Amino acid sequence: MNDLIVQKLKTLPGAVEATQEFRGDLTVQVRREDIVKVCRFLKDDYDLSFDMVIDLLGVDMYRPEDRFEVVYVLYSLKNKKYLRLKVLVQEDNPVVETVGSVWSGAGWHEREVYDMFGIKFKGHPDLRRMYMPEEFEYFPLRKDFPTMGITDSIPLPRK
Amino acid sequence: MAIDRLTEDGFLTTRLDEVINWARKNSLWPMPMGISCCAIEMMATASPRFDISRFGSEVMRFTPRQCDVMIVAGTVTYKMAKVVRKIYDQMPEPKWVISMGACASSGGMFRSYSVVQGIDQFMPVDVFVAGCPPRPENLLSGLMALQKKVEHDRTIGNFLHKSPLFIPDVPAPRSAGQVA
Repeated sequence: MNDLIVQKLKTLPGAVEATQEFRGDLTVQVRREDIVKVCRFLKDDYDLSFDMVIDLLGVDMYRPEDRFEVVYVLYSLKNKKYLRLKVLVQEDNPVVETVGSVWSGAGWHEREVYDMFGIKFKGHPDLRRMYMPEEFEYFPLRKDFPTMGITDSIPLPRK
Repeated sequence: MAIDRLTEDGFLTTRLDEVINWARKNSLWPMPMGISCCAIEMMATASPRFDISRFGSEVMRFTPRQCDVMIVAGTVTYKMAKVVRKIYDQMPEPKWVISMGACASSGGMFRSYSVVQGIDQFMPVDVFVAGCPPRPENLLSGLMALQKKVEHDRTIGNFLHKSPLFIPDVPAPRSAGQVA
């Protein structure tokens, strides 16, 4: 199955940057510009039909190049098969195109990633914060954010 | 109050303060501000086994307009703090607050950017109840401590002289392990 996925993805030239297999689970690193194209292909292809986005998450690797990663965990109900896609994101331009057009449920996960990491999803219809107040200026799951937060960054009601 | 006189003469004399405080302390209607697992213990406190109605507090009202005491049972995040404060502001005077459990009292195990480290940062608290979550007996003990506090309030005195609230020394509540 993994070989078939890799083979099929070769029909999209340049989209796959690297692949990695660990105990039967396949991870595909996708070029940032091609993520929507790849997702659309994986969903629409009759043999693969990855019709469900289980999770979509951000990772702060805290390294000078390609600081952030966005990880897409996909599932194919037909083949009972998981697939992980990975996109590298730069710190100075943290923008990825939204996959909400492919799986509309992904929009919620993208809002969460935006709230916690500040990665913007281009084309998202409603990119608001998920957990933190709208006026909050920081992104709490970035590694340079202190665990206890920043004093007075969130106003409390007056006593 | 001289209850025995009541049977003889058909009347009794007492201080107005004491009658009002006696009435108040025995019908403290709670506002159940249940926001996490402490709320489960608060519900258990209302169950027949622990029976909060023995203290006149079984009438949990889900509108703040009809409540006397707010039981803040759970983790208060910064986002929720505004809501808690708003509901507190909607309660009519006189009103009291019980901070139930470690999270509401000090942030508890959530030492993080999103959780308020103690609700006394944004609203007045009368009784802190320790525990994670506190057992129902412990909440009842907190309620009894609050009743002691209400009992010693100078209701009429405050009204006439507009003096600041007289708050007496409240005896330390019994620990949960002790059984009467």
